[in-house]
Amino acid sequence: MKRNIFAGALTILTAISLMTSCTKKTDELVIGEYGSLTGNDATFGQSTHKGIQMAIDEINAAGGIKGKKIKLITYDDQGKPDEAASVVKRLITQDKVIAIIGEVASGRTMAAAPIAQQYKIPMISPSSTNPEVTKKGDYIFRICFIDPFQGYVAAKFATENLKFKKAAILRDIKNDYSVGLADVFAAEFKKMGGTIVLDQSYQGNDLDFNAQLTQVKSKNPDVIFVPGYYTEVGLIALQARKLGINAPLLGGDGWDSDKLNEIGKEAINGSYFSNHYTSESTDPVVQDFIKRFKEKYSGEVADGLAALGYDAMKILAQSIERLTEVTPENIKNEIAKTTDFPGVTGKITINGERNAVKSAVIVQVDNEKRKYITTVNP
Amino acid sequence: MQDLIQHIINGVSLGSIYALIALGYTMVYGILQMINFAHSDVYMVGAFAAYFVARWFGLNNSPGVGTLITLLIVSIAACSLLGLAIERFAYRPLRRAPKLNILITAIGVSLFLQFSGQLIFGADPKVFPNVIEDATLFYIMEVPVKSFDIAILGVSVCAMAILHYLIYYTKLGMAMRAVSVNGPVASMLGVNVNRVIGFTFVVGSSLAGIGSILVGMKYPKIEPLMGTMIGLKAFVAAVLGGIGSVPGAVLGGVIMGLSEEMVVAYLSSTYRDALAFGILIVILIFRPAGLLGKYTIEKV
Repeated sequence: MKRNIFAGALTILTAISLMTSCTKKTDELVIGEYGSLTGNDATFGQSTHKGIQMAIDEINAAGGIKGKKIKLITYDDQGKPDEAASVVKRLITQDKVIAIIGEVASGRTMAAAPIAQQYKIPMISPSSTNPEVTKKGDYIFRICFIDPFQGYVAAKFATENLKFKKAAILRDIKNDYSVGLADVFAAEFKKMGGTIVLDQSYQGNDLDFNAQLTQVKSKNPDVIFVPGYYTEVGLIALQARKLGINAPLLGGDGWDSDKLNEIGKEAINGSYFSNHYTSESTDPVVQDFIKRFKEKYSGEVADGLAALGYDAMKILAQSIERLTEVTPENIKNEIAKTTDFPGVTGKITINGERNAVKSAVIVQVDNEKRKYITTVNP
Repeated sequence: MQDLIQHIINGVSLGSIYALIALGYTMVYGILQMINFAHSDVYMVGAFAAYFVARWFGLNNSPGVGTLITLLIVSIAACSLLGLAIERFAYRPLRRAPKLNILITAIGVSLFLQFSGQLIFGADPKVFPNVIEDATLFYIMEVPVKSFDIAILGVSVCAMAILHYLIYYTKLGMAMRAVSVNGPVASMLGVNVNRVIGFTFVVGSSLAGIGSILVGMKYPKIEPLMGTMIGLKAFVAAVLGGIGSVPGAVLGGVIMGLSEEMVVAYLSSTYRDALAFGILIVILIFRPAGLLGKYTIEKV
């Protein structure tokens, strides 16, 4: 008898949950977001979320898209690729989102992209730079530049602006982003007349880099290229200076976090990285964005990831705005047509490979400031 | 040659941290024949306790011996209390239950601490305060020896010396050894077994607390899951030296630290973790009791 009651209760529960998932509110557009709100690179997900949320609040305050408000559903993937895949599945199958924004890290976007492609739901990555990301299918887009370009920018800056000849590389061997960037940098740097004196690896989450850095020290490079994420880069800088290595570090947009100089302290000062945008830009679009961001988030200066999150949402909203009938397939076709979108992170044009074509900036770390050095165009 | 000396300094410094944490595993195993998986998370709590106290008292940027001692005391106090609480509320009720139950409870406590840590402290990494001024103390064949490495070595050696004294030259130490040989008989002879076990947890957890400060000093990034990997490595070190054996844990820790350093330097960082667990497998095949462990006959 007891078992029967239990079975009955279960049936009713299932029925209710089925009904609620069928009743879809038609006066709102449901957009999904997944990101690392916790975990080792939590500031990536949190910054991006702030940017997306700000874009949505602005759009909703202005009356939404064609009278419909946007509803954002955000899930945390804890910085784990398998978790990213499962939350994206949940966004699509349970929450019935019409489009997805995410992720920052290439490894996680690549884990989730095949699922979006399978269910034919458009996905825009604000900042995954690994070339493979958009090759997962025609529903996968990005609004940032890709690693070959970033690696090229770093190599060009090191040889032309800094006149460096000898570079050592420290790559995060488990991270697609880092490996991709390191490969391109090595090839371009050699092509421009430099030599790679050492190519060493570490693994994300490592604490001790003394063994690798001792090797680096004996090779005495002009610059150390570390295309990793900010926590490890901060520790690497600290340990490098303690071992008596004075060469500057050079890296990519994975450095873009306030935690970089909190961990690295003065050891990271003077090092350079390429980024999507700089808050020092005099462009009125950027300055206006920074002002509004500060007002919304109690004085916080928007980092590149927040700006990219904001741009991703704006591009998505604009694509939906242009449609007469809102279906995931139409949204996909419309995103692909984006040309010269005046984003905070520069003019964005989506090319045939669903990548964005845009310029990169080089900034220098100076405590909490990011000094603007130069812009490199594609 | 200079490289090699530098690698040895790095390896010994890392190894002494492993040794401190390995001691906690080994002591609890010696006395209760259980593996306290929560040990690595006690270590994490120690680091966070020091972090928050340093922030409250504005010690974030005042490196010096005073700060080091203050933070050591804070971390030891926090870890001892937590160790004691875990023993009292999680393990003591299960003292007579099958070993497997206690083992599963230990894993449960470990996960509980890890995820409570993520909720309470936040999951993003925090920056550990600056404890010791960075200075070069002296040179060995032109390789600079840093204040950090000396402080780590100094603190670990002191802690181990005190532990040695405690176990072999005090009444309490004798009671601990008695309980580890045979608990029920020790109890019949007037040893308060509960108190001795509680004390073992206090000592083991204090060592984890000391370890957490040393790690925070050398690698100033702390997060709620920081104990997992270092705990596993320390556990391997304890097994390598012979679990239950105090000198074995120290030897195991130093071997682990040195071999990891050498693998990364001369092979590849990819093999760093593989090596730790490779050693574990080899040891279990050829010397199941570890390098300095004693073989005991299992009585049925």
